[in-house]
Amino acid sequence: MIHRFANPTRFLRLADRIQPWAAGLTVVLGGAGLYFALFSSPADYQQGETVRIMYIHVPSAWMALFCYTALAAACATALIWKHPLADLAARATAPIGACFTLLALATGSLWGKPMWGTWWVWDARLTSVLILFFLYLGYMALNGAFDDPERGQKASAILALVGFINVPIIKFSVDWWNTLHQPASVIKMGGPAIHPSMLTPLLLMAFAFKAYFVWVLLMRMRGEINAMKIRAVRLRQVHAAEATSADAGAATGEAR
Amino acid sequence: MKRKHKRLTFVFIALLLLGSAAALVLTAFEDNIVFFYSPTELAEKSPGPNQRLRIGGLVEDGSVAKPGDGVVTFKITDTASTVPVRYKGILPDLFREGQGVVAEGRMRDGVFQADEVLAKHDENYMPPEVAEAIKKTGQWKGQGDAPGAAQGKSE
Repeated sequence: MIHRFANPTRFLRLADRIQPWAAGLTVVLGGAGLYFALFSSPADYQQGETVRIMYIHVPSAWMALFCYTALAAACATALIWKHPLADLAARATAPIGACFTLLALATGSLWGKPMWGTWWVWDARLTSVLILFFLYLGYMALNGAFDDPERGQKASAILALVGFINVPIIKFSVDWWNTLHQPASVIKMGGPAIHPSMLTPLLLMAFAFKAYFVWVLLMRMRGEINAMKIRAVRLRQVHAAEATSADAGAATGEAR
Repeated sequence: MKRKHKRLTFVFIALLLLGSAAALVLTAFEDNIVFFYSPTELAEKSPGPNQRLRIGGLVEDGSVAKPGDGVVTFKITDTASTVPVRYKGILPDLFREGQGVVAEGRMRDGVFQADEVLAKHDENYMPPEVAEAIKKTGQWKGQGDAPGAAQGKSE
């Protein structure tokens, strides 16, 4: 089953069908989410208008964890089952995840200054998310650091899997240790601690970010497949040129 | 055993070992990972006068006083024990009685000399009218006494 889409042509056909839906969902959900987040949701009883930063911050943070989980899953598939598209998927996921992580860090900092009174603290949640950002960067750097792309893929896949330990640490950091960051509001025992009028834009934005991820991931994977094809064609050309020049050299050698 | 099954087992065992190693390290360094101590934990530790640390808890009702010269004194409580705090500087907007705060500084002669005070925000999000309504029914579990206070300040 998993190898059914190992064929890039079959994968591209499926991607062609999914991509417009993902793009449409991103625009519709994102538009509705932004309308609710900016105009039709109330200010918070404590934070006032600053609460609206949450509608970007929380979905970005969720996506930061989601993308890393997807990255680790793709790397495991590549290492264990040698699935030909898994490496491409991993390489395409990493920059998207890194962007979401940076967005979560930046918006969190902007919220922290007026609410906590500081841009940054070294508590368990903030620090572990910063480490997540560095893991993304490390994955991308290691992936491209070898002349032989296969060695780079293998080394970076191992790094990504080792770094996966960080994902549960991020999720539960606010429960395991005293942190300045507040504990989870939406997924918790006894239902969300967030008023429905604020939960609506939050969930709309979260689904819009998910759709955006699918959209951009498919675009990036298409690009990776094309790059692979171009590399293959170039290699063939070089080999052909070498073969003819070798033949020519052999011919002149004989003539002498 | 096929080769891919071997690889699967290897990855699984490696992750398991790494996970346990991480868990051991995090448990060993727990003291360095916690961002603040509660007043009860502080009483158990009894730190020296030069040890910098952070304490966190609620600002006790009716404990905030301003003796002048920009100095604020208040008490941080976790309902079990209480620590008096002295601070000179600008307080965050969310600071008020009943609010969760984290103060950083040193313990001197039974008074916590803070040089930084941060407000802690809890996980409850709601519009002011809802907060008001919950207060009226007496079911209030959130932070702060007057939900209108922060609102008024920011406007």
